Amino acid sequence: MAKKKNDDINFAPRGRGTEKDGAVQKGVDLPKPTKKKHKSLGLTEDNLKAMYEQMYLQRRFEERAMQQYQKGKFGGFLHLYIGQEAVSTGTVFALNDDDDIITAYRDHGWGLCRGITANEGMAELFGKKTGCSKGKGGSMHFAKTENHFWGGYGIVGGHIPIGGGLAFANKYNQNGRISATFFGDGAVDQGALHETFNIANLWGLPAIFAVENNGYSMGTAARRHTVTEIVDRAKAYGMKSKVVNGMDVFSVYEAMKEVSEEVRENSEPYFLEIRTYRYRGHSMSDPQKYRTKEELDEYQKIDPIERLKTYLKDNKIMKDEEIQEIEDKVEQEVLDAVEFADNSDFPDESELYDDMFAEEEPYFHN
Amino acid sequence: MAELQFREAIREAIDEEMAREEKVFIMGEEVAEYNGAYKVTEGLLDKYGYKRVIDTPISELGFSGIGVGAAMNGLRPIVEFMTFNFAVLAADQIINHASKAGYMTGGQITMPIVFRGANASAGQLGATHSVAFDSMYAHFPGLKVIYTSEPDDAKGLLKSAIRDDNPVLFMESEQMYGMKGEVSEEEDYIIPIGKGKVKREGSDVTVVAHGKMYHVAKQAAAQLEKDGVDVEIIDPRTVKPLDLPLIVESIKKTNRCVVVDEAHPFAGFAAEIGFLIQREAFDYLDAPVQRVTLPDVNAPFAKNLLDAWLPSPKNVIDAVNQVTYRN
Repeated sequence: MAKKKNDDINFAPRGRGTEKDGAVQKGVDLPKPTKKKHKSLGLTEDNLKAMYEQMYLQRRFEERAMQQYQKGKFGGFLHLYIGQEAVSTGTVFALNDDDDIITAYRDHGWGLCRGITANEGMAELFGKKTGCSKGKGGSMHFAKTENHFWGGYGIVGGHIPIGGGLAFANKYNQNGRISATFFGDGAVDQGALHETFNIANLWGLPAIFAVENNGYSMGTAARRHTVTEIVDRAKAYGMKSKVVNGMDVFSVYEAMKEVSEEVRENSEPYFLEIRTYRYRGHSMSDPQKYRTKEELDEYQKIDPIERLKTYLKDNKIMKDEEIQEIEDKVEQEVLDAVEFADNSDFPDESELYDDMFAEEEPYFHN
Repeated sequence: MAELQFREAIREAIDEEMAREEKVFIMGEEVAEYNGAYKVTEGLLDKYGYKRVIDTPISELGFSGIGVGAAMNGLRPIVEFMTFNFAVLAADQIINHASKAGYMTGGQITMPIVFRGANASAGQLGATHSVAFDSMYAHFPGLKVIYTSEPDDAKGLLKSAIRDDNPVLFMESEQMYGMKGEVSEEEDYIIPIGKGKVKREGSDVTVVAHGKMYHVAKQAAAQLEKDGVDVEIIDPRTVKPLDLPLIVESIKKTNRCVVVDEAHPFAGFAAEIGFLIQREAFDYLDAPVQRVTLPDVNAPFAKNLLDAWLPSPKNVIDAVNQVTYRN
């Protein structure tokens, strides 16, 4: 048998989809958004206003955070959620307030949506003692457990079984709560996901697992890092699944409402592939050479915040002035948060050893 | 006192704590219907049912993470590993999550979870089934590590571990499950985590040894006694928090020390104890501290090589002779 030439040996990923010459490459193909209006989804006008305020808050919080990062006000990683706000907002409005949410390191939007104040969030970014995690966690580790937001986690896929465990405890205690675990498309390749899906269905865990497929696992396009469609991961484990348009808050809300009711009722896991798009790089140091400006423009044309704003205006729910009022209020809230964070104290050095153990006077090896 | 096998002592601890607290449950491979790979959990399924005695697939990473999430959300899981050699697959959950989630969230999360199972070697099982992991886990802040040598210690300390609000690794030995020992019949018998024990009083040399190595040290001490050397054996029982004062106190009396450890030598338990002794008891030492550990070599399969690999009473005697200048 003739030896193949070296040039014929190729480990470039042969994932799903094909390159189309000349066409704008899209990170994800969005399914059609729901056609339902807010009333038939069970959303009031006040709900919509609150949703708009929340999404705008997430957006402006991060834009200001980015500025502060660039000014050198804080260090570490900063993974921005900009573009994905409909996913957190639609979910949090659909779930019960005591359902348990856990996510990966792109967590600011989730935290804000679950009641971390702009002050607490910004202070955490700055590493201040007034932060939601007392300056111990930083950008990737926002948490507010009293509101059933269990935090952001920085090891890709590491929190997926933990989300299953939150559901396990809910089932054990028969408290009627479910868990919802969010992760990026990079995490679907981790063994932790596969082990968790298998166990979750074996044990009938009341858990939603949702990938926020924003098209890129850091700099690797989804079509280059995974074979088959991501949603099909569910098939191997006999789980129900659905693809959702994550650029439309109504579509996320509708899917989460239906799925959460089903999961709660039947105590079984469900996998959602929520397709969305992140406008910024993976983190602040990302030159984004893996995608085109045109691709980004395509998604910004269907921006989830603009989309909701248009709906509010077209349906005469809010006038321009009222929208402006909300935006001004949020703008001030975020500016105040920057000032609050800047003026807050760093944790005392004596706090270095705090929060390691449950007991008052723990042992530290020395 | 009642004479119990090691596995029975562990089972009693689990049983008593499950009876005492509804939030305690146990999961792991073969713990329920099979009655435990080493029969530690025998009878627990019949007593507590499928809600609290749970068979898992062979998915160490997955079920450990589910344990971590359940602990965060109010339960008190006991996660059994068939051996800690398999728990390497779950190390992300133990090292990255269980030990850190509380700290990273500024104390918003508590993690009352016990990871337990067999540790270290158990005969001719080859290199991947023979590693002692206690010092490795003790390296990481936020974890408590227990590796006991006798059924009585196991019962009292496992009960403490299950009641502890922090992640605790509780290590056992396949080769000791059938070993019998006197176990206190005191009601609700608790041994505090972090307290070592003088297992044999002596005046000539201190031997520090825990887990399976305690028994190697004990055999060496019996032999040395015939030669007129009076060995004191300290069993720390808990690797971390370490009962250093107990060790130092003994050295102040004997002025000599040998540490016996079933892990490899580099940066292990023996290395750490050696450092601590020079810092805390330098002026009391009449000889450099010696250690008996595994060599820096993987576990072999061949019986003769395995015997050469594993610390033996002979190795301990040689080390004692060295610190007492008897050779």
